[in-house]
Amino acid sequence: MARIQLRDLCGARSGDKGDISDVSLFADDEAAYEALLGEVTPDRVKAHFAELVTGDVERYEARNVLALKFVMHGALGGGAPRSLRSDNLGKTHGATLLRMWVDVPDDVAANARRRVRPPAPPTR
Amino acid sequence: MAVRLGGGQGFYGDGHAPVDDLLAAGVDYLVCEALAELTLAILQKDRQRDESLGYTRDLPLYVHQVMPYLLDGRTRFITNAGGINPVAAGRAVVGAARSLGVSGVKVATVVGDDVRPRADELGLPDDALFANAYLGARPIVQALDDGAQIVITGRVADAALFLAPLVHEFGWAWDDYDSLAAGVVVGHLLECSGQVTGGNYSGAWWTNADPTRIGFPIGEVEPDGSAVITKPPGTGGMVTFDTVREQLLYEVHDPARYFSPDVVADFTSLSLDDLGGDRVRVSGTRAATPPSTDTYKGLVCTPAGYAGEARLAYSWPDAEAKARAALMFLRKRAEQKGVPVEEWREEYFGVDAFGGSTAHNDDCEPPEVIGRLAWRTADRDSAARIAPEVGVLGLSGPPTLSGTGRGRGGGPSQLLAVEPFYVDKKLVDDQVRVEVEEV
Repeated sequence: MARIQLRDLCGARSGDKGDISDVSLFADDEAAYEALLGEVTPDRVKAHFAELVTGDVERYEARNVLALKFVMHGALGGGAPRSLRSDNLGKTHGATLLRMWVDVPDDVAANARRRVRPPAPPTR
Repeated sequence: MAVRLGGGQGFYGDGHAPVDDLLAAGVDYLVCEALAELTLAILQKDRQRDESLGYTRDLPLYVHQVMPYLLDGRTRFITNAGGINPVAAGRAVVGAARSLGVSGVKVATVVGDDVRPRADELGLPDDALFANAYLGARPIVQALDDGAQIVITGRVADAALFLAPLVHEFGWAWDDYDSLAAGVVVGHLLECSGQVTGGNYSGAWWTNADPTRIGFPIGEVEPDGSAVITKPPGTGGMVTFDTVREQLLYEVHDPARYFSPDVVADFTSLSLDDLGGDRVRVSGTRAATPPSTDTYKGLVCTPAGYAGEARLAYSWPDAEAKARAALMFLRKRAEQKGVPVEEWREEYFGVDAFGGSTAHNDDCEPPEVIGRLAWRTADRDSAARIAPEVGVLGLSGPPTLSGTGRGRGGGPSQLLAVEPFYVDKKLVDDQVRVEVEEV
């Protein structure tokens, strides 16, 4: 097994409906998808988001596009129009989930395709 | 023969230049989705100031853009830009058409989504700023069947704006649920403009071609509901398996049961095939079981207090400690003044503003921190009483306070609460009307 941060293993996008934050994770192959299924459970996601998510977390599977969907209740400080958060739409929640570390089979870690980074900013 | 749908708008304030690219590339329908959950609240405030407002005000600009193509018989135009006042929007469209000196253009307006006048009967709050049901594709199809070249609606389910021309063109029956579901998928993929063509892409976003002019999407839809998602030639961005699947699941909750007024679609049933060359095929979409519901979703908006905000930036060394001390100062001063604050929110940009306690930064001290303090009160005056304390920090707070940019420091803003509700379709259908006017 190997320890890997989700940012190196998958993509993510998040959005909102009322006080619900809706985060999708995207794997790049079947093996990575299986690993995510075992590791990124609703309980772990709820614990990861800590004080950011006060309600339940539900997980849905979309195997046809190798994706997991997390529907997080009580995740936006009351919903976009009344939230005091600067990120009142949960637009950063996908990135926040990508901060999670998971244990995956060695070949999954070796094949992780998201280790690429944007060009380095100008050096100071 | 495929029908070409152009996704010309994803929110009120979206770009207009990509619309010209769509029109030049050739689309049968330009479809513009202008209404996020919040947009009606903004438009409601407009209408309170001026009864002739309440629609998205850049609507005439879209009319100007589409008109040459419309007069050629190439393109029809569908939009929910009518917002809270589709009748006024219809008048604005007719006015814009007349100002261009055109004639013979049929403009349809769909009304009836507004259920606020019936708040009592529906058990909705009597202080609602807006209460609207999300209508389906049917009234738009009726308008197209009546020959309308421009269709203006208020609140309509986003994907229904795109489903309607497909039903009109292909003659899909209202119980042909698999086809309707396929149309909803296409609509969902196109309704957020650049978000399916490389915008907000979480992968290698820096590999987008020409990221300053990301093209808006085109759906080439076949009579069986399968479609190719692409974009105008020569535009920036990209259409790949990755960009399309990120949009596919955007804000859908349970992907096996995506509710829309006309059908419940199963997004887990479909296949995405990356054909290369910025073309992705979507096929095999089926409806869920059961495939429909007997209610429309609605959204009601009520006042929810007022918010104030202060942002304070401090420099190294000990930037975070200084920012924390400054926010504590303001909270204490509010307490001493007896301001009845109902909720505080502290954020430190560069430390934890977005990630909260998930954001660990043990390895280095951040180069700068912006402290953000927000507060909620029941009334506007109380919310306004804290801002004057910000200036005091300039001479009497921690060292190195600096600015955080222009344009902040406005007065308190009103907060709003939104709640979904469900209403019997019959009840709403009885009040739905389609009015067609010829310019």
